Amino acid sequence: MHDQYIPNDTEEIRKKMMDAIGIKEIDELFSDISEEIRLKRDLNLPNPLSELEAKREIEKVLKKNLTVKEMTCFLGAGAWPHHVPAAVDYISSRSEFLTSYTPYQPEISQGILQSLFEYQSMICELLDMDVANCSMYGWPSSLGEAARMAARVTRRNEFLVPHYISRDKLMVLKNYAEPAGIRIIEVNQSLRNGQIDMEDLKRKVSNRTSGVYVENPSYLGFLIESPEEIAEVVHDAGGLFLVGVDPISLGVLRPPGDYGADIAIGEGQPLGNYMNGGSLLGIFACRGEDYLIRQMPGRIIGMTTTLDGKRQAFCMVLQTREQHIRRHRATSNICTNEALYALRAAVYMALLGPRGFQELGEIIISRTRFLIEKLSQINGVRVPFFDAHHFKEFTVNFDGSSKPLREINRRLLEKGIIGGKDLTSEFPELGQTSLYCVTEMHTLQEIESLCESLKEALEA
Amino acid sequence: MGEFRQARWFEPLIFSIGSSGRRGYSIPSIRDTDRSALRDIPENLRRRRLPDLPEVSEVEVVKHFTRLSQMNFGVDNGLYPLGSCTMKYNPKMNDAVASLDEVRWIHPFQPEETLQGMLEVMYKLDLWLCEITGMHKFSLQPAAGANGECTGILIIRAYHQMHDELKKRREIIVPDSAHGTNPASASMGGFEVVTVPSDDSGCIDIEALKEAVSPRTAGLMLTNPNTLGIFEERIREIEEIIHDAGGLLYYDGANMNAILGKARPGDMGFDIVHLNLHKTFSTPHGGGGPGAGPVGVKEHLKDFLPVPLVEYDGKKYYLNYNVPHSIGKVKGFYCNFDVIVRAFAYILTVGAEGLKSISEISVLNANYLASKISCIRGFEIPYGKGKPRKHEFVASCSGLKSETRVSAKNVAKRLLDYGIHAPTIYFPPIVDEALMIEPTESASIEELDEFVKVMEAISKEAYENPEKVLSAPHNTSVGPIDEVKASHPRTLCLSWRMYKRKFMKE
Repeated sequence: MHDQYIPNDTEEIRKKMMDAIGIKEIDELFSDISEEIRLKRDLNLPNPLSELEAKREIEKVLKKNLTVKEMTCFLGAGAWPHHVPAAVDYISSRSEFLTSYTPYQPEISQGILQSLFEYQSMICELLDMDVANCSMYGWPSSLGEAARMAARVTRRNEFLVPHYISRDKLMVLKNYAEPAGIRIIEVNQSLRNGQIDMEDLKRKVSNRTSGVYVENPSYLGFLIESPEEIAEVVHDAGGLFLVGVDPISLGVLRPPGDYGADIAIGEGQPLGNYMNGGSLLGIFACRGEDYLIRQMPGRIIGMTTTLDGKRQAFCMVLQTREQHIRRHRATSNICTNEALYALRAAVYMALLGPRGFQELGEIIISRTRFLIEKLSQINGVRVPFFDAHHFKEFTVNFDGSSKPLREINRRLLEKGIIGGKDLTSEFPELGQTSLYCVTEMHTLQEIESLCESLKEALEA
Repeated sequence: MGEFRQARWFEPLIFSIGSSGRRGYSIPSIRDTDRSALRDIPENLRRRRLPDLPEVSEVEVVKHFTRLSQMNFGVDNGLYPLGSCTMKYNPKMNDAVASLDEVRWIHPFQPEETLQGMLEVMYKLDLWLCEITGMHKFSLQPAAGANGECTGILIIRAYHQMHDELKKRREIIVPDSAHGTNPASASMGGFEVVTVPSDDSGCIDIEALKEAVSPRTAGLMLTNPNTLGIFEERIREIEEIIHDAGGLLYYDGANMNAILGKARPGDMGFDIVHLNLHKTFSTPHGGGGPGAGPVGVKEHLKDFLPVPLVEYDGKKYYLNYNVPHSIGKVKGFYCNFDVIVRAFAYILTVGAEGLKSISEISVLNANYLASKISCIRGFEIPYGKGKPRKHEFVASCSGLKSETRVSAKNVAKRLLDYGIHAPTIYFPPIVDEALMIEPTESASIEELDEFVKVMEAISKEAYENPEKVLSAPHNTSVGPIDEVKASHPRTLCLSWRMYKRKFMKE
């Protein structure tokens, strides 16, 4: 049923309006679509449903999903379960925000503009960077844009990434990089502790290097122990240092700006956004030098004043970088981004404040260690695979058990537990290894019950 | 006809409110595990100084953002005739289903058997979009129209690469009326952009197109109806010219709202299509996103789509990574599922008949408005005289400007004073002093008549009291903004941190 959404779809109004423009049939307005390509039948779609019926139908279909509330889920790897404060939902459902477009008319859009400026500002504080844009499609997209930006800034075309990054992310990166003539080069990481192989890095860095990218915490959860050394190598060669982060870690871990990052990116989903099956918020920030800012992709909100100078005001800035002005010479084609998720992140960061981020980080570190300790007591389990410090995520290896990982995860699922992400196809050299994630959402009972079920699965 | 007043709070930055020690969040106690775990993390990896975030209670946060929301204008506030953006009503039922636990609390890497609901929604939406557009398979992965365009361009690239022609085929043809994203996407995909002009009828100049194609042509990107709101009548000829030259045809679906159930890009001969679910299929735009820009292709390009595709084997839905020539991935995970499920709900509630009505009424509304606006002193509707418009039309106020100094921008700002969002202005670039107006099917006749009255009043003001219009807006939260200062290197301020450094001499 559609009438409720289309006020003019009554016979009387249709006739009145057609009379006004001098037509007899609505099809006269479509007479310029030639017979040859005119659709002469009805679209073959399900019969329309009333709101009640549709809601029931969708609920019925969606019930076939099992949520991480109904099960215990230890998956991370790019999307993570974190608590979402009720105030975040409340603010982001306000229709003045929800139903507005990109703020092309700043005078009537100060609300979203100031909110996004505050988002940018809080991201800068968290990451210890000077400037952030108001979002990209997700961490993988931020990485792709960052590689292109590094190439524009340095006019070089070799981009170095660590071996242990998500293969999915690497696929996205390649799609941004290759058409721009950027070569992606992987740098080895130690199989023992995950740290960047500095000799390999020095061999690969040259005057062709646009940038070196690392993640901290890494995709596999371990921390980079001496990021400054990496920064020094790339800076000495005249390239940029790029760092990817999980912002939730930054109440306790050193921020990228503190160890020399020129561009910092990351995933903003943990900041007050639901996983939604994989909806993302790409964080993108850089240092405040003008030559960097001018090469940034995406929408950026700036603070200014009214023309009379009397009031503080906000608007989109540096639009001459963007597609609607610069067309094929734009820094990126992005326009629609993830603004509402950024607004949610702004509310979340404001709610947490410095102490909230610190406490949350502490809980996650404590839970991480607790789970690692518990798992390490199980026979046949090597945890973590990498001898390093970990945050939120870590690798669990089952080579010491006779069971393949696939079967172990299947047995866990029978108990209502979703084990860690199976890494066997992504990184075969790690053997039967999976990536576990633990956050403030996981209770001690859930952790205990995982360990019990794992024991059973391994002994079965 | 009354003037409107937007809320005018003097709302400071969040950094300037609150007090040391306050916070807006309660966190489970750490006592249950072991605080000493923190000592495991070596000093040199720990943050030395806490981030300089605001310290505010939940009460202050909610008041702050509630006030800010009152200084924002959405579709629910009033008419929003922003051309090419299809600012239609966003049904509340769709928001309700998008906030179910089964949407929010699912992880993309869960085993397929625990995600059957999500996969079914994706699979069925794919089928429906195929039927609506005449294409054969969709990927729901792209997060926005521009992301979809990039996907399409990468497919064009991969296609020519497979035929060993990429070295030769370096050019993407784009009409001069195209959205700015088209040339930007082509260029991101590594192609050169060749622009073809429009003729007096507002359509692609066919002779110029014939001259532009060559063995270097990789493809054409086209919006139909185009950004003037005019249907490219000679689409079959265009299709032949491009295909004969060995290129592919890409359909920018930004204007699909005009032709639902009337004509399909697939039947027009397009090889690749993107749709904007946040335009045509009513999902809210959220102040700039999230969106969804699914990409559909014809049979011969199916194997180039991003992975994974969603398939059905008769018993269960599954993710198919086995796509032989796939371009890989264009975004993390599978889609913005909270957007996808809203579009699914929309099609389920309106059905085939509803979609057709949507196009009919959006076109009727646009033509009704066009006929009235063209009679207002100082305004005209250039190109394609006498042709019906589709979902939108582009008016020019160059007459008004030369007679009164009042420009399209001034008209746009003055509209805000009456509680009407401005149209898209200065676009497409081929129209002087352009106002691109798209009322959508959601506007009632009363709103349209009101809009006409306001436009008449603004025209009258321009001739009699131009200062009032030139100095607009007056009734919004803030008056005219200094956008030059905002982007000037000396005054550029992009974060609280920059503000403190530049203006507080910290």
